[in-house]
Amino acid sequence: MVPSVTLAGVVLLTVLVGLLWRSRQGIVRAPRSAAAAVDWLARLQDAGVEPGRRGTFVQLSAEVCGPCRATARVLTAVAGAEPGVVHAELDVEAHPDLVRAARVLRTPTVVVLDDGGREVARSSGAMNPAQAQAALAALGAGATQDPTRGRTA
Amino acid sequence: MTQTTPERHGRPAGIDARGPRFGAGVTAVLLAVVVLLGASTAGLVLLTVVAVSFLLGTLTGPHRTWQAWVFRRFVRPRVGPPTDLEDPRPPRFAQGVGLVVTGVGVVLGLAGVLAAVPWAAAVAFVAAALNATLGLCLGCEMYLLLRRLRPASAGQQAGQ
Repeated sequence: MVPSVTLAGVVLLTVLVGLLWRSRQGIVRAPRSAAAAVDWLARLQDAGVEPGRRGTFVQLSAEVCGPCRATARVLTAVAGAEPGVVHAELDVEAHPDLVRAARVLRTPTVVVLDDGGREVARSSGAMNPAQAQAALAALGAGATQDPTRGRTA
Repeated sequence: MTQTTPERHGRPAGIDARGPRFGAGVTAVLLAVVVLLGASTAGLVLLTVVAVSFLLGTLTGPHRTWQAWVFRRFVRPRVGPPTDLEDPRPPRFAQGVGLVVTGVGVVLGLAGVLAAVPWAAAVAFVAAALNATLGLCLGCEMYLLLRRLRPASAGQQAGQ
């Protein structure tokens, strides 16, 4: 193949991957049907995390994950301003079984649990403050299992 | 309220997050040139230079590469001090992923498969360009997927 054509194709691919990735970052979505398989309250207890009265943001992070830090800051701020809501960050290295059981493929992945430890929403990729608010709103909408989409305003 | 598991403590000192992104931009330009050089000895030589740079970054950290030196010497005086410091471990992991991809191209090129040189450069270019423009670390995004391919003990060692 002509090298310049190859390079043009590679640049185009880069742009498409970048746009797709950016558009999907941190969107808060309804859990998949298989989500019920995880006993989150037992998992949190194993990890030494006290769940929140209203709900818990479980963030799965990795040492090699840059956006995990920013996401943790955003969620800490939102959970801190909201009584009964807890933000718990777990390292994927320390919880490989949970990563597999919850089908976590990326970091950060944030699982939103209601007061009964049921997954009501999930998000992967860096979260902005608006998306963190959407995750909080999912706690209220949890009973109806509404797909709450947290696109940036 | 935030609860963090103990293993997250003891982080290394933060580095200027713009350094690795600038370095990725320089690397992306070099890799684009490798793609343009095609299946040639010149391409293999330049890809080897990039691979050695990745090796340096993987062994010593992303803030001790020649690209990082260029950033500190010529770019940082113009853009001012950083507002945000970053954990050096994610960009260091990214250097390792870059080393594997470009290293495969170099090894195949040395073995006589010169056609592998521009292709390895193309794959590494996508990752480096995304890192430079969006701050996206493709290797880090794939970390959990990559980790499933290795035995658990290897994952533990990689975290040291």
